[in-house]
Amino acid sequence: MAVPGIRQVADARQRLMANPEAQAAWATLDCGFASVADVFDDCYAAAKQALTDDELPAFIETTRRLGKLGRGAEPPLAFLEGWPRVVATIPQNEALPLLLETIDELQKSPNGPALTPLLQTLGGVAERLRSALALEHYLRLARDLAARTSGSIHGRQVTQASPALPEFLRVAPQLLALVPLAGVRRWLEDGIRLSGDHPERLREYFALRSPESRALLQQQRAGTLFADVERRLALSQQSLWQDDSRLIPYSTAFVDQVQQPYLAADGMRLPDVLEKRAGVSGSDRYRAMLAHLSGHRRWSTPLVADNWSPLQRLSVEAFEDARIDALIVHRYPGLRRILLALHPIPAAGACDPARENTLRHRLTRLSRACIDRDYRDPAPLIDEFAGRFAALQAGGNASTRAMAELALAYATRSRLPSDQFAQVHFAETEVDYRDDNRHLWTFIETGDEEESFTPPPRAAEPEASGLPPRHYPEWDAASQSYRPDWVAVYEALHPAGRAADIDALLARHAVLARRLKRLLDLVKPQARVRERYRENGSELDLDVAIDALVDWQSGRLPEARIEISQRTAGRDISVLLLLDLSQSLNATLPGSGQRVLDTAREAVALLAWAIDQLGDACAIAGFHSNTRHEVRYHHLKGFSEAWDDTVKARLAAVEAGWSTRMGAALRHGGRLLAARRSEKRLLLVLTDGEPADIDVSDPDYLLADTRQAVSELAASGIDCFCLSLDPKADAYVAQIFGRRWRVLDRIEQLPEQLPLIYLNLTR
Amino acid sequence: MPTADDFRVRQEPFYQPQDKEIELYEAAYAARLPVMLKGPTGCGKSRCVEHMAWKLGKPLITVACNEDMTAADLVGRFLLDAGGTRWQDGPLTLAARLGAICYLDEIVEARQDTLVVIHPLTDHRRTLPLDKKGELVAAHPDFQLVISYNPGYQSLVKDLKQSTKQRFAAFQFDYPNSALETAIVCSETGIAADLAGRLVELAQAGRRLKGHGLDEGISTRLIVYAARLIGQGSAPAEACRMAMVRPITDDPDIIDSLDHAIGAIFG
Repeated sequence: MAVPGIRQVADARQRLMANPEAQAAWATLDCGFASVADVFDDCYAAAKQALTDDELPAFIETTRRLGKLGRGAEPPLAFLEGWPRVVATIPQNEALPLLLETIDELQKSPNGPALTPLLQTLGGVAERLRSALALEHYLRLARDLAARTSGSIHGRQVTQASPALPEFLRVAPQLLALVPLAGVRRWLEDGIRLSGDHPERLREYFALRSPESRALLQQQRAGTLFADVERRLALSQQSLWQDDSRLIPYSTAFVDQVQQPYLAADGMRLPDVLEKRAGVSGSDRYRAMLAHLSGHRRWSTPLVADNWSPLQRLSVEAFEDARIDALIVHRYPGLRRILLALHPIPAAGACDPARENTLRHRLTRLSRACIDRDYRDPAPLIDEFAGRFAALQAGGNASTRAMAELALAYATRSRLPSDQFAQVHFAETEVDYRDDNRHLWTFIETGDEEESFTPPPRAAEPEASGLPPRHYPEWDAASQSYRPDWVAVYEALHPAGRAADIDALLARHAVLARRLKRLLDLVKPQARVRERYRENGSELDLDVAIDALVDWQSGRLPEARIEISQRTAGRDISVLLLLDLSQSLNATLPGSGQRVLDTAREAVALLAWAIDQLGDACAIAGFHSNTRHEVRYHHLKGFSEAWDDTVKARLAAVEAGWSTRMGAALRHGGRLLAARRSEKRLLLVLTDGEPADIDVSDPDYLLADTRQAVSELAASGIDCFCLSLDPKADAYVAQIFGRRWRVLDRIEQLPEQLPLIYLNLTR
Repeated sequence: MPTADDFRVRQEPFYQPQDKEIELYEAAYAARLPVMLKGPTGCGKSRCVEHMAWKLGKPLITVACNEDMTAADLVGRFLLDAGGTRWQDGPLTLAARLGAICYLDEIVEARQDTLVVIHPLTDHRRTLPLDKKGELVAAHPDFQLVISYNPGYQSLVKDLKQSTKQRFAAFQFDYPNSALETAIVCSETGIAADLAGRLVELAQAGRRLKGHGLDEGISTRLIVYAARLIGQGSAPAEACRMAMVRPITDDPDIIDSLDHAIGAIFG
């Protein structure tokens, strides 16, 4: 009975299916969604192909359950469409229980809506995983992610859905195409730790939208990363091809179509990662690409393309590529193995010229025949042209022009009607070390292939003030790996203040300075030191020699060490004094009312004066940070600067603020210090607290990073020493600096202690 | 007392002139000008001096300089013996007395203040004062001073004083061009010209990396070493790795690149 005002909805359960069997299955399904009914026939037919008759009831039953979850038509729809793909790679009796378990768990939690993306991408995921065990791990990962990122408002009950899970499930096939499951797990761990409790950040990370998420994923990729071998490739280019053009990577991770390497005006473009293929390692594949590009640059001349059809141009490119490869092999015979291993050998009967466009297939066979003497192609035409190619090459006068003529002759004779077909046979036709030959063609008229396009006028960029930032990695102790380019360090000269202030400070400590001066004179190196009693010296020590002679003649054993030599005793030390300028330095000292910063300033002034007296090379810098995006590194004194008014003025203007991201500052300072050619290089850190920053919640993270930075410096021959003003520093400072630290309990003593500590360190 | 015959070069050392250095050296010797040989390591400086000593029929006294060398090591010193002290001539004094060619190899290794003792021998005076002994040695008419050094050292400390430099006529040596170098390797070791050519090609690939992490290129001497190893039956690629790549650098990137070059050249 029709009720006025209520729209009549036809019951989908009554829908008629194509055949009785499908009709029976539809009845079992007991599903009222029209959208499911619309596609059921097709899905059922597809499922019948993929599943055996025994498996079909379980499939229908699962779909029925999904329809009754109360989450709309999407879950049964996704399952109906996706499941046959899963079963194609993983048997149903192994995969289905795993899936049902996960469905049950998600359904009971606030993460129920994530079922839809899970089912939608399951087919693609299964194709990548290819085993039930891997699928089990994958589902466990997803559940683990859900458990760790779901929030609760009050107490123990989980009440908020995980923002990360649906995003992760959506990109899962894409992830698995790039990295193996273990890599996905590490990337997941990093993401949870990095983004913590911020729903927005979690979403950004797991949808692969944030730059760090992409960078970390890149790190997990299998194969040879361009960044790892860049220097080697550049060195090989320089030594084998005398070519110093820039090598620039392009991303292969987040684009759909395959891109070939190419020659651009600003350098050679290469993919950012290459896996081992056909027994050729990633770095050798890079080198094959570079050899081919360099060969073009050296031996190819551009041709005018206007009058040639695309088909003709394709042939010219094939012949020219083969010529370049032949020349490379002639020049460097050892590359023959690599090139032949990478060049496909398309089987002659792999495709049917009556139904498919076999142009590419034939050209690849031709190219193989040209560069591989052992390959004989069954097609007489290809064989003939390979012979003509070899004859031209043997003559030694082959040029791009000659290749073009040969190619045109070939194109004319090999033409087939199917060459106009849209369905192209692509398998085994990609020669992936070859470039796209964009450099080979010049166009006199801009044809319709290229769109004339003027870029919109760009708004003038604001002029950058100061140097661009330098990026440093940061050590993540939890995953035992570096976070790439994590911290941006901005360096600048510190603005100047009044130099007279520092002189006044020094005058206040005149008594101390006098005492130091006496000490310094003792330590100060003497230019030449006489070393007596040497067996092999530069000259005879007459006094000792005469004594020895007397001994000799009176029958006693004479002293054999009768010579003297001279040695120069120089101090060869470079020291970098790194000041922590974080906010806590503004605290006032009890009693005097002086700030810690002022005391530190006095101490630094005295130390700088003392080092100047000693003649050691010394630099002074300060640092503080405001999240990882802004670590400020202020130069107060350079190694080559004298301890004069400009330096004093900078020191006088030092102010404190922000936090202490010590690892990055150490790395940057170490970099400057490493350039010094001194026997001993010392990095002295003056700080009043442990490493901390406002964007880091885990207190151990920056501690571990700083420790890592210190051991990096030690590995490059730089000694670090920490002078801490934090009375409670014992708890952590030994973790970072090992035994090279001192805690100063009474800050008032700093001006006196700092120079003394320095002297003891360098004695 | 050693005699001049102790220092004669008896057999002709093989030397392949790159330019007119033999004629020019003969002219410099005729005028008794002190000579300085500059050039990268292992390019034939010492061999050239030996060859010239043989050609001119003069004794050759070689001193390998080092940082601990003192003026006394060059000039001589008092020693003790049973009867009291005895003066012992150093190599420089000996050469001046005997009329030999005195060759100070890698002279920049010696400390600069040490080198001042050679000054009176290198100008019109041609004398050597022995202040400790109170003797003024007048150089034999045949005496000549030759020094060699490698300006490629990156260190600024290791350079000669202008006052020392400007007492010498100088030859600039470099690695020979590939045809000449191939010929040198062939006649030095007797390996086939084709193989020698490929060794030279590898050396040139290495020389192009100078300044990109290599302080010095692969020297002719190292090519000869590799050729000798091949002559002993080693496989060419292994011999090259052992003699031409591993000795020159510890940088893994450069080793990898050069190994790749070996693979590309030898297959």
